[in-house]
Amino acid sequence: MTIVPKVLVTKIGLDGHDRGSRIVTAALRDAGMEVIYTPPWQEIASVVKLVLEEDVDVIGISSLATDHLIVPKLIEALAAAGLAHKPVIVGGIVPDSDARALEAAGVARVFHPGSAMQDIVNYIRAAAERSRAAAYPV
Amino acid sequence: MNRSVEAPVLDAAAARQWQREYDAQIGEDRVTANRSGIPVKALYSPADWDGTRYLDDLGYPGQPPFTRGIYPTMHRGRTWTQRQLVGLGTPTDYNLRLKELLGQGITAVSLIPCNSVFRGYDMDETHAELLGTCGTVINHAGHMDEALAGVDLARVSCAMNDPSPFTLLAFLLVTARRRGVDWREVTGTSNQSDYLSHFVANHMFYRLANAGARRVLVDQIAFAIEHVPKWNPMSVVGQHTQQAGATPAEAAAFTLATAIQNGEDCIARGLDPDRFLPRFTFFFDISVSFFEEIAKFRAMRRLWGRITRERLGARTPSSWRFKFHGQTSGADLTRQQPLNNVARVTVQAMAGIFGGLQSLHTDAYDEAVSCPTEAGARIAIATQNILKEEAHLTDVIDPLGGSYYVEAMTDAMEAEIARVMAKIDAAGGMYAAAESGLVQRMIGESALRFQRQVDAGEQTIVGVNRYMVADDTVSPGQPKPDPEAMKRHLASFRHWKDARDGAGVKRALDALARAAESPHDNVMAEIVNAAEAQVTHGEICACLRNVYGFGKPLVAV
Repeated sequence: MTIVPKVLVTKIGLDGHDRGSRIVTAALRDAGMEVIYTPPWQEIASVVKLVLEEDVDVIGISSLATDHLIVPKLIEALAAAGLAHKPVIVGGIVPDSDARALEAAGVARVFHPGSAMQDIVNYIRAAAERSRAAAYPV
Repeated sequence: MNRSVEAPVLDAAAARQWQREYDAQIGEDRVTANRSGIPVKALYSPADWDGTRYLDDLGYPGQPPFTRGIYPTMHRGRTWTQRQLVGLGTPTDYNLRLKELLGQGITAVSLIPCNSVFRGYDMDETHAELLGTCGTVINHAGHMDEALAGVDLARVSCAMNDPSPFTLLAFLLVTARRRGVDWREVTGTSNQSDYLSHFVANHMFYRLANAGARRVLVDQIAFAIEHVPKWNPMSVVGQHTQQAGATPAEAAAFTLATAIQNGEDCIARGLDPDRFLPRFTFFFDISVSFFEEIAKFRAMRRLWGRITRERLGARTPSSWRFKFHGQTSGADLTRQQPLNNVARVTVQAMAGIFGGLQSLHTDAYDEAVSCPTEAGARIAIATQNILKEEAHLTDVIDPLGGSYYVEAMTDAMEAEIARVMAKIDAAGGMYAAAESGLVQRMIGESALRFQRQVDAGEQTIVGVNRYMVADDTVSPGQPKPDPEAMKRHLASFRHWKDARDGAGVKRALDALARAAESPHDNVMAEIVNAAEAQVTHGEICACLRNVYGFGKPLVAV
């Protein structure tokens, strides 16, 4: 199945460093994906609303300065809204021990600094295909 | 052996012979350019810079055009200030850490508040999980007093990351007054007072909409030169734009354009340039692009010396000096093989030192993995001490001055910075250029260009796109504040708030709102009064947000 993946790239919490989220957005668009990009400081509730309204396949959260610590709250809120099948990916500065905790909390994958852009693109494409298939079983 | 410097160029036959031999041996030459896009040749000679305009182009340290340094003695007289950024947890945590660092040779205090403070909130208005994870939670003057317990405010210089509306400066002044310290003795810098750099690049610090931020900044400068004359109210920030992806020349141009904008705003308010310009400082990123950074700083000194005289009308030498703090670039550091970052930080620090900085922060090697650990910060400070005292980098003033390459590159960087500045001028100055999104687009394009060079392998990053090794990370683990201590800090804050003189708080907030609405009052004076009346950081920010609007960055994607 060939689909055009639809990806949300956003930042929650308090930090505003957005070089990473902007560069990843450009790379995903270059790879032919549709990207919903938001400025930083989104509320968890507003991210859930956006996922519902835009029906995105994959949720990408960018974090530089410890905002990854509230991603488990986002995962819970997504599950409460019946969106547990939507993969959440985190990119940015996340210490190893925190990355393991995030994966245990349901984050599909943590991309660290220096990740090859092609790896990110490939992973998101595959995750989007699985997500779309789960949302719209044939 | 006693040939004059002109000899190689005059000896055209020798030059031609070298070129022939070079071409024959090099095969296909690589095309090189620095990060600012300036071509880099294989060899520089008097054909590129011949020293005949020595006095006009270089001169002597402490004299225009300041290429060789802003003071006659430079690092030989007084080495740079070692100013490590510090901030984590509660004010008590901060105070403990500060005293440790003061014992290790740090000569000035820095204070990084929690991200919730940067966003303009008190600790009871945000996610408890995030409190103190990236800075110290300071919400009122009493917190500042705890954080700086035992620090003599008349002797130690305090630099605080304190964006508009400058609540930390207000808390510091209240603390000084309570301790009987004369404000005229208080020294330090309002780091991050440059709202334009936050609007275009580091959005985390952006709290008030531009028009309000512009007004409050000029009020804060006017207040400081009147009441706290040793304070530096203006720190023009080039670091954010370069970290966000601007080239070194672009970042330099945006910063000088911002300084011109703020200077013109102060003059429009009726302030005398020779009173405020001596209190303007700059804050820069130092990337690992060694010679380019050295040339950048040398060129900026020359440009600022001219701008202050020709555009801002300054008449005294202290207004012409380009004083800057440098921070080694975190964006150059890698998560892969993180100990390699010690080498990168060393090269960056050397570029800043040879560039003639006045103050230096060296990044901890583990910044690309987590917020810096204490062990990482210790190595960063030791790096400065090694460069200073073992490697003797401070023995000679501007030791690379006169190098054909460095001088030619200084000229080329100056021309490139001036070219970008002309674009900003053509767009109506920095305020207009930022509001139109021009600056943000330029930064975004440069960030993307660099990332594509890395992805294509044209720009090597050791351990990332070349020389990779398996199992390459050393994860030092995220330092986190003690959650129980943070809970107690929050509970005591709530209790303190309930016990305050509520009527006094309301009166101070009403006075602040009135000042903010009136074009004649000084808003900073009312912020200090509010801090004195136990108004909190979040309340001051909310009051001004209400008048001026919330800061929303213009993000071009």
